[in-house]
Amino acid sequence: MGIEMNLVSRDKIESMGSMEKLRFILDDVKSGNIVVLEGGLTAEEQMKLIELTMLEVDDNFPGIEISGYPAKRSLLSLRKKTRLTVIGPAAKMRTIKKDEDLISAIISTT
Amino acid sequence: MSTSKRVRRILSRLILSILFRKKKAVKIGIYGPPNAGKTTLANRIIHTFVDENEDVGVSTEIPHETRHVIRRAGILIDLKRHGRSNPKVSRAKLMLDVVDTPGLATKIDFRDFMAYGLPEDEAKRRAKEATEGVIEAIKWLDDIDGVILLMDSTEDPYTQTNVVIIGNMEARGIPIIIAANKIDLPDAAPQRIKNAFPQHRVVPVSALKGENMEVLYAEMAKVFR
Repeated sequence: MGIEMNLVSRDKIESMGSMEKLRFILDDVKSGNIVVLEGGLTAEEQMKLIELTMLEVDDNFPGIEISGYPAKRSLLSLRKKTRLTVIGPAAKMRTIKKDEDLISAIISTT
Repeated sequence: MSTSKRVRRILSRLILSILFRKKKAVKIGIYGPPNAGKTTLANRIIHTFVDENEDVGVSTEIPHETRHVIRRAGILIDLKRHGRSNPKVSRAKLMLDVVDTPGLATKIDFRDFMAYGLPEDEAKRRAKEATEGVIEAIKWLDDIDGVILLMDSTEDPYTQTNVVIIGNMEARGIPIIIAANKIDLPDAAPQRIKNAFPQHRVVPVSALKGENMEVLYAEMAKVFR
């Protein structure tokens, strides 16, 4: 059996509140799916996601694997713009290489 | 007492309190992934500036040995007194509280502890405590004045956890020093950390052997003042 991968648009993510967004991601990942967010998450949101994940770690769910391109500041904006973030179940996904613009990960189907 | 006398008394107290106020110690959090050497660094700072026989915690090869935040208050970093004078910061003194935190992780699996020979019950208890420790470390970020982000020089530094810690510190405007630890090991590559985070000062150290610590102390006195 394969692994479901959900690619979520920036518009969908931006339409959600902060907690709603994290709940949506974590529920999907706990179901065994890989979630790819077009717009990515901010560093603060990622920290909250780690905190929320730790509350839900148990014998069957050891946590998440998260990887993303770092946020970039554009010339005309003071705020950093987030970029793509990938989140998956730690039991199935493992990042093997990551730099500014490349993420390589192994997805295990067993 | 007349109103003018009362106002004068309040004003004089206010001026005196401003002139003679005691400078508050800065709370410095030692953050980083599990097994980076955070407790070893906290112990090294205390051995150098407080008491050679005092430890904040125990270091072992098993990850998540520190599962609760430990704060050691009132450490005076006095570079001149301890013979670690640097021409640029020879008069620098810094009163700080060291906050040793559990390693930040996105995954904690009790089976990983069993690989170190822990029985299942013990491994599950440790995993549960480790998850609580991660949450505690994150909550402490609200009370921290500065961060030493400790990375293992023998590992790939460009992990999401390191990126998230740095991103959060930048967003909060909290000063940060990256310490590239374990430079005493043959496969240490602190330059890799410098290349990964060029916007931050990276100080290569060995907390275990005490190598290059005077440079880190000088940087702390400069950045966290």
